Amino acid sequence: MLWKNTYNELIKISAKPRSYIGIAALTLLIAIILFAMKADGSKYISFVTSSFEQTLSFNGNILNGNLIAFIILQMLIVHIPLLVALVTGDLLSGEAAMGTLRMLLTKPISRKQVVFSKLIAAAVYTLILVLWLGFLAFIVGRWVFGTGDLIVLNSDGLVILKNADVLWRYGLAFLVAFLALMTISTLSLAFSAFANNSIGPIVSTMAVIILFTIIGALDVSVFDHVKPWLFTTHMASWRSLFNNPVPWSDIKESVWILLAHNVLFVTIAVYKFQKKDITS
Amino acid sequence: MEEAIIEIKGLQKSFGGFQAVKDVNFTVKKGDVFGFLGPNGAGKSTTMRCMLSLIMPNAGQIRLFGKDLINERNAILSRVGSIVEKPDFYKYLSALKNLELFARISGADVQRKTILKTLDFVGLAGRENDKVSGFSHGMRQRLGIAQTLMHQPELIVLDEPTTGLDPQGIIEVRDLILRLKNEQGKTVILSSHQLSEIELVANRMVIIHKGETLIEGSVSELMNTQQTLLHLEFLDAKSTEAAAFIAKLWPGQDIQITSPKTLQLQIEKSRIAILNQNLVGAGFEIVAIEPKRKLEDFFIQITKS
Repeated sequence: MLWKNTYNELIKISAKPRSYIGIAALTLLIAIILFAMKADGSKYISFVTSSFEQTLSFNGNILNGNLIAFIILQMLIVHIPLLVALVTGDLLSGEAAMGTLRMLLTKPISRKQVVFSKLIAAAVYTLILVLWLGFLAFIVGRWVFGTGDLIVLNSDGLVILKNADVLWRYGLAFLVAFLALMTISTLSLAFSAFANNSIGPIVSTMAVIILFTIIGALDVSVFDHVKPWLFTTHMASWRSLFNNPVPWSDIKESVWILLAHNVLFVTIAVYKFQKKDITS
Repeated sequence: MEEAIIEIKGLQKSFGGFQAVKDVNFTVKKGDVFGFLGPNGAGKSTTMRCMLSLIMPNAGQIRLFGKDLINERNAILSRVGSIVEKPDFYKYLSALKNLELFARISGADVQRKTILKTLDFVGLAGRENDKVSGFSHGMRQRLGIAQTLMHQPELIVLDEPTTGLDPQGIIEVRDLILRLKNEQGKTVILSSHQLSEIELVANRMVIIHKGETLIEGSVSELMNTQQTLLHLEFLDAKSTEAAAFIAKLWPGQDIQITSPKTLQLQIEKSRIAILNQNLVGAGFEIVAIEPKRKLEDFFIQITKS
């Protein structure tokens, strides 16, 4: 029954117009970034490298597909959560608002199976978004701008990565980004279990992300013990894969914390949904 | 002894401080068209939802097909078809796609041809590929009934199935319920706040009021033993003479003269034919004889008795 309902959930997601808002928005944003970089990318690059030009000389194709993919990933990873929450926050509460939850739950399928089938469908949708992002940023970026060594500016200075050393880093970076976005999916699913309307869980998810991001950015010692446990702190951990050497222990820690949040949010969703009286 | 399909005992449900269901008890037997009657807010929908595990009761026992609902929920629900309140569908999908979604999780192997046949049965043949967003209320109600029937359930639960329907739609639903009983031997439970609706289709019924069972039994017995407000209209202005005649016939009978040509009285259903014979025999020309039975009056009588 779990897989039958997962198939149903995928049909619903694929038929819902809002599911394509995320993909369309992503395509448009990346197209704008690619166009802007093609038109005026050299100025952008010289602005970044100007502080190093007294000590370093930059040769070759710096503005290449690898750098474009990195810029896109960095810019959009902040906005994609909204696109994810737009669909996943609606999965349970949207059905409650439409009245179809009533129909669904009078069928011989357990509530736990309903939540898990929606979770799997949410994971598939999130994966499609990440893969689409990867395709546009990495494949199209390389096609438009060519390949070359990747220059990354981080807090320790410049990191230069050979072209041949980049592909596996992107593969893992997209995997970590997927896990980070799954945390958003499960958070919005948990909110969705409480609500009977579509907007509430989406707004609540974004509110939590904004709140945690602000707490993470505040340089106040009172939050120092909290910050390492906020999932938002670990959402950009994919960036660490572009350090040299890669801080594997930090990345592992981030992955564990994100996984723990996923488990916690799914547990909350299942617990609440199993207890919920369907009065809508 | 007839097999009990639904047994509800001591059902209770509260929402916060409000007790929606205090003590509901009834039994539905195999082959019954069972009326579940009560005014708005009596606890009908809450009871129906408890019966389908949409709402968890605070206390009481719900057994369907002799099995406990909490312990054997999925096995029970695979034998039930239901519409609670109103049928809601995925508006962005076609009628066929909607039914396929629900068929997939119905617990039965429902083929596409069965779905199409069911759509034909409810009068939606040819509309299977139309999106539900373009359907009228009546069409959605019929699609809801198709959704209820397509997996051949033994028990059909209909919560206020005629709400919002036009008179033609009400007649169609009524006919459909009778066909399900007569042609397919289904057990049907339907809730309503209209006594006349239940009277036309149900063979047994329960009446609940303020979350409690008032009375349960055969519809014909309950209707015949309870008083009916009978409205009589005469061709000429003879209501005063007619009232005197009835008072002589049945001394102590409470009769109200409502106009020179009309009067009304409380009478048992079984005595209406006798009264009619007597009045005609005495030369009164009757142009209308209309039982006006309101659920509220019925409640008052039941609670009085």
